Amino acid sequence: MGSNYDDISFSEYTLGQEQLDQIEAILHEDLVESGVNSVLLIDMAGNIIANRDNGLCDHDVYSLAALASANFAAVDTMAKLVGEQEFSLLFHKGENENIHFSKINPEFLLISIFGKNVTLGLLRLKVTEAIEKINGLLEK
Amino acid sequence: MAFVNMKTKEVQAKIVFYGPGRGGKTSNLEYIYSKFRERIKSEMVSIKTHGDRTLFFDFLPFDIGKIMGYDVKVQLYTVPGQVKYDATRKLVLKGVDGIVFVADSQVEQRKKNVLSLKNLQENLSTYKKSIFKVPLVLQYNKRDLKDVPLLPIEVMDKDLNSQLKVPSFPASAVTGHNVVPTLKKIISATMASLQNVLK
Amino acid sequence: MGSEYDDNASFTDYSLGPEQLEVIEQVLEEDLIESGVHSVMLIDMAGNIIAQHDNGEAQHDLYSLAALASANFAAVDTMAKIVGEEEFSLLFHKGESENIHFSKVNPEYLLITIFGKDVALGLLRLKVAEAIQKINDVW
Repeated sequence: MGSNYDDISFSEYTLGQEQLDQIEAILHEDLVESGVNSVLLIDMAGNIIANRDNGLCDHDVYSLAALASANFAAVDTMAKLVGEQEFSLLFHKGENENIHFSKINPEFLLISIFGKNVTLGLLRLKVTEAIEKINGLLEK
Repeated sequence: MAFVNMKTKEVQAKIVFYGPGRGGKTSNLEYIYSKFRERIKSEMVSIKTHGDRTLFFDFLPFDIGKIMGYDVKVQLYTVPGQVKYDATRKLVLKGVDGIVFVADSQVEQRKKNVLSLKNLQENLSTYKKSIFKVPLVLQYNKRDLKDVPLLPIEVMDKDLNSQLKVPSFPASAVTGHNVVPTLKKIISATMASLQNVLK
Repeated sequence: MGSEYDDNASFTDYSLGPEQLEVIEQVLEEDLIESGVHSVMLIDMAGNIIAQHDNGEAQHDLYSLAALASANFAAVDTMAKIVGEEEFSLLFHKGESENIHFSKVNPEYLLITIFGKDVALGLLRLKVAEAIQKINDVW
């Protein structure tokens, strides 16, 4: 129980610099270039693994990541309380900005923030593609 | 913001265990849960990370019986202690009726206790609540540790309680020492603050 | 500091008498349970249960659900503000056989409905909107 206990991360995953670079490239090419404003890959503890945006966003991504992981875990707990394995993917709609959550694997969440220029259908398609690629990388 | 149901004669009050990361907030609830198992009808809810750290909160509803003709349920919550979880920590404080501040007695945690208490004051003020008025009890946890230097009680009092002047307990959430007295104290302080409404 | 704090109003900005609660419970039963909803709760933003009704078959841990629902709503609300939105539209989670729907009644209250396949989302929204209007009339 040293003084730095708070600083130790309990990640069960390890990602090399090369993998991170590749993940960032996927986030950029598949999502940001499709019109997504900002995209975050976070772990279930709310740590940001990778982040890409269109250069126009200045959201507080650290708070967003903490809230998103907590939100995801709370929804998961509610699902179990009503006897469900899990609830389907999460999507929140605003006037201009929308947030979409997608579980990549038990360890990671993908969070996309997008506006009116991207339809939900297209977003889902692009997210699915990106997740497949990221999972391919993680399996290596 | 406790809720009093005049129809069912039931009171629900929210008590939050606050404090620095790894200080023993969840351990307090776990001890209470094991100790009063037969009186707690539901499972304890813990939203935590794979590394067993609190991510959002722990939740334990606790029936304490009748007070002034009302069936009183206290809802015990913890907050995530790690600094990076401030956004979610603040949310748990919403509508709080009473607070247990769980401080870590280890010498090397001294600064973190003070910072966490300051953070509590700031977060309460966003709900227009003053740390000097909210029912509050301090717990100096981990007094059972033998192999590491601990802060003397007087030092912890001076650091954390010189202005607040609230009840404080040396305790060990792991062994259970003074966990129940801490709980009883915050419940009675909370109920006292709610009394005007129950009359 | 003093004046900006409102500690003395420690007790809910709202207060409900037994008659009002009676009316609210009746609304929950007639508008929602009788439409096929399994379980419905009116909760406040601190996670307290104000009123509750179910079809007699649902056996959920309601206090835990209320705590999770209020915290979750607050988390989503904060995320909305971070990305510059006033609020996000209503919340709905779909499961294999059970679904949860959240609706804000006013700044203090949330209505949580748990329903299965026998109720269409469209109908549920309509019924929830009606119930909310009636509940808001109680104040």
